Amino acid sequence: MNMTLRALLGATALLTLTGVAMAETEITVATVNNGDMIRMQGLMDDFYAKHPDIKVNWVTLEENVLRQNVTTDIATGGGQYDVLTIGTYEVPIWGKQGWLASLNDLPADYDVDDLLPAMRGGLTVDGNLLASPFYGESSMVMYRTDLMEKAGLTMPEAPTWADIEKAAAAMTDRANDINGICLRGKAGWGENMAFLTAMSNSFGARWFDENWVTQFDQPEWKATLDFYLNLMTQYGPAGASNNGFNENLTLFNQGKCGMWIDATVAASFVTGKDSTVADKVGFALAPDNGLGKRGNWLWAWSLAIPASSQKQDAAKAFINWATNKDYLALVASKEGWANVPPGTRTSLYMNEEYAKVPFAKMTLDSINAADPTNPTVKPVPYVGVQFVAIPEFAGLGTTVGEIFSAALAGQKTADEALAEAQAAVSEEMAAAGYVK
Amino acid sequence: MSTQSTRFAARLMVAPSVLVLLVWMIVPLGLTIWYSFRIFRLLSPERTGWTYRNYTWFFNAPDFWLALVNTLLLVGGVLIITVILGTLIALLIDQPVHGQGALRILVIAPFFVMPPVAASIWENLFMHPQNGLFAALSRGLGYEPILFLEDYPMASVIGIVSWEWLPFATLILLTALQSLSSEQLEAAEMDGAGALNRFRYIILPHMTRAITVVILIQTIFLLGIFGEIFTTTQGGPGSASTTLPYMIFKQAIVAKDIGRAAAGGIIAVILANLVAIVLMRGIGKNLDA
Amino acid sequence: MARATTPRRKALTTLAAWTVALIIFFPVLWMILTSFKTEASAVAMPPEFLGASWTLENYAEVWQRSDYPRFFWNSVVISVGSTLLGLGLAIPAAWSMAFVPGRRTKDLLMWMLSTKMMPAVAVMIPIYLLFQWLGIYDSKIGLVIALMLMNLPIIIWMLYTYFKEIPSEILEAARMDGANLWNEVLYVLTPMAVPGIASTLLLNVILAWNEAFWTITLTTTKAAPLSAFIASFSAPQGLFYAKLSAASTMAILPILILGWFSQKQLVRGLTFGAVK
Repeated sequence: MNMTLRALLGATALLTLTGVAMAETEITVATVNNGDMIRMQGLMDDFYAKHPDIKVNWVTLEENVLRQNVTTDIATGGGQYDVLTIGTYEVPIWGKQGWLASLNDLPADYDVDDLLPAMRGGLTVDGNLLASPFYGESSMVMYRTDLMEKAGLTMPEAPTWADIEKAAAAMTDRANDINGICLRGKAGWGENMAFLTAMSNSFGARWFDENWVTQFDQPEWKATLDFYLNLMTQYGPAGASNNGFNENLTLFNQGKCGMWIDATVAASFVTGKDSTVADKVGFALAPDNGLGKRGNWLWAWSLAIPASSQKQDAAKAFINWATNKDYLALVASKEGWANVPPGTRTSLYMNEEYAKVPFAKMTLDSINAADPTNPTVKPVPYVGVQFVAIPEFAGLGTTVGEIFSAALAGQKTADEALAEAQAAVSEEMAAAGYVK
Repeated sequence: MSTQSTRFAARLMVAPSVLVLLVWMIVPLGLTIWYSFRIFRLLSPERTGWTYRNYTWFFNAPDFWLALVNTLLLVGGVLIITVILGTLIALLIDQPVHGQGALRILVIAPFFVMPPVAASIWENLFMHPQNGLFAALSRGLGYEPILFLEDYPMASVIGIVSWEWLPFATLILLTALQSLSSEQLEAAEMDGAGALNRFRYIILPHMTRAITVVILIQTIFLLGIFGEIFTTTQGGPGSASTTLPYMIFKQAIVAKDIGRAAAGGIIAVILANLVAIVLMRGIGKNLDA
Repeated sequence: MARATTPRRKALTTLAAWTVALIIFFPVLWMILTSFKTEASAVAMPPEFLGASWTLENYAEVWQRSDYPRFFWNSVVISVGSTLLGLGLAIPAAWSMAFVPGRRTKDLLMWMLSTKMMPAVAVMIPIYLLFQWLGIYDSKIGLVIALMLMNLPIIIWMLYTYFKEIPSEILEAARMDGANLWNEVLYVLTPMAVPGIASTLLLNVILAWNEAFWTITLTTTKAAPLSAFIASFSAPQGLFYAKLSAASTMAILPILILGWFSQKQLVRGLTFGAVK
């Protein structure tokens, strides 16, 4: 029995050893299982051709699990990863803790000035670029051109929330299983709260005032939540409180949604091969209420290096390869321009070939319409459009997300939900020492 | 019967197991108690110090008592369903039927399915309000699809977990049933005892021990369940399906508040011990040889 | 309990039993069927049975996208390794508890079981830090140890109850014949205990194979088993039912087949002392 065990362990050790001997530097890259990252893993031959001395180990995980593992690792100094895939929420917080290595010394061909200013700004802390954007997104309206036509309506390029409601009412056709609008309802700071926080900006709401006083008891939030709940109960799909990005994508692709307001990256999926409505999709900016802010967010999945990584050079070589202009050209040559990771570089949007992609312009306009340093109508002490860049936000956003999700499921009224959110958030903020 | 030296040898043979389990219990428990009184947030390492508020936070949290009830509901619900259905299925399979071996293979299958896989099959392929098989079924019958995870989240989770544990219960109960001598039953039948009476006075007493074992083992596993909730309802909508382990998980993983998670862990350990005492008092005597 | 019965009655119970069994098995069957459909066919309404468009594409894609053999091998090493290590510790312990019981043996047993009641999420960070500190994070040996400790109480209990059913007269007879302790364990006890040990082994391999909390928390690449493999296919962007089904089928099929082939052995010893 012990013999077998020893033999097993011995064999394992041997395998590990030979693995190390084959390549000079082995780096571990943690990434989410989104389409663009999966595509990158299929293009690694190009990287190995340029860097034969580096071997990349992938850790590909679902977003929630990835975030859990990566955050625990970096906060405890675990040092398991050499390259992390993180978002615009994590970068400023981790940067302040000194957990991320500066990327200011990437080679000249990286062309840092080519990055979209909104993205570069969100990933820079104290003048140091701490993460390189792999793809960037905002949110926008995706709608069914055929259903709009049938309803005798046209979608403005920059609709108001009233336009959205009118269109949702006109397109809803319960008999044929068509919901006027599909929106996120699943609880989570990166799920329903990403949408609702961005939406609330266009209603003039904010999470906190200049003194970190919680604002859920203000009329702007009431207006936001009322509008959202009304829209979803009247024209939304059944069971929406369990719908996140992916559930809505599936519904839209099956032709069950008249409109869907979500991430701009969804555009390539709803016009792609899995979609039954690929040739009937139109795009518009996220709605507003004429207050000067639109309900769109800003996010970039970005590659960063933990300060504790022992293999900084190899990690930088990898990041430069994956987020360089050449990578975009590589994807375009293999998979077509529509599949290029969007939203990171100015040069991509100057490219004539890329301009032919139906959602290119709307994506760029949406990204440019978001301003993380000045996200709301009234002044706020925080950075972030659909999030508040403080360490406590992930917990707070999820708590509030659950409360709003329960309201969507009909378990509480909007007023009850807002009162609960106000109580929970203000208590946490007091405990965390923000409110003196 | 045993001599001094055998006794010594026997103690020596138990020692390694006791030792590793002791370490495995004391080290994490000690650390958890320590952390439960610390301010320890992974993302704000600059904030440190001693506190008792981790505990008060838990007791004051609006969903704490609900989570406690849900935890007990989950354990109790799954136990009731698996024991009753398990007994019925065991009685059925124990009858002379064609293809008994193949039958057993089918019934045993859910036990080999990894919990996250089981949860995502049920969520996506069956309970999904648009694409699930249940929705198709209700539509075919002319009804609106049932919103399982939205309207009946706790019942849905209990259903999924019951499916996973049903084979285990069935197998143990079946083994017990098969050890029952048929003479006894036949004699009762001769005496004119009906099927129900035979079950009530002969079969059930014989199976008490097996049922006890099922309850004990399942409780140990069920008290810590959170993966199925994470995959399906994420504790929602709201906190309708939040259990104590899931609440701890949210503090540890989402909020990154290790202090609070540790306090929740200690509360969960106390709860587990209370349940264990109740179990031992209630059914422990069945286990005496 | 088998008794004489009429053919008619047998046909009826057969029908009932098969109906129940198929209902219980159906989710697994449906998952396997879905894994052979195209993504569009997998979400088609009404659901497609015979008319579905069948394909092997999902398996090809899953295979290409991740290093399945590595995850598979890690699962094998971790589940078998932890079980063997656990048996190594548990057999002597269970033997001594069963045949040389002390006054506190039963309490000891209950205490062992109670160590399993600590919710994993509660001790996650302490264990995580401990593993980092010991340098066994993301190593197979680390997971072997962790899962062994998790299942050790169950292993000991299963073996204990099984050993207790072995009549001690046989041992005494052996002792009379001058067998020493070692011979007693090796030549008398072990052959009689083989069914119990076999089913303990099988049950614990299954439990370890299906463990999906520590195996994800304590690994990154080197030691990641099939539970981590699944986590890379759940909830990606785009339609994913068929691919998820294919990945799930690949993750559970090995253990399902093992379980089916060895179900006789599994069942034979799976009494937990439930049978007197």
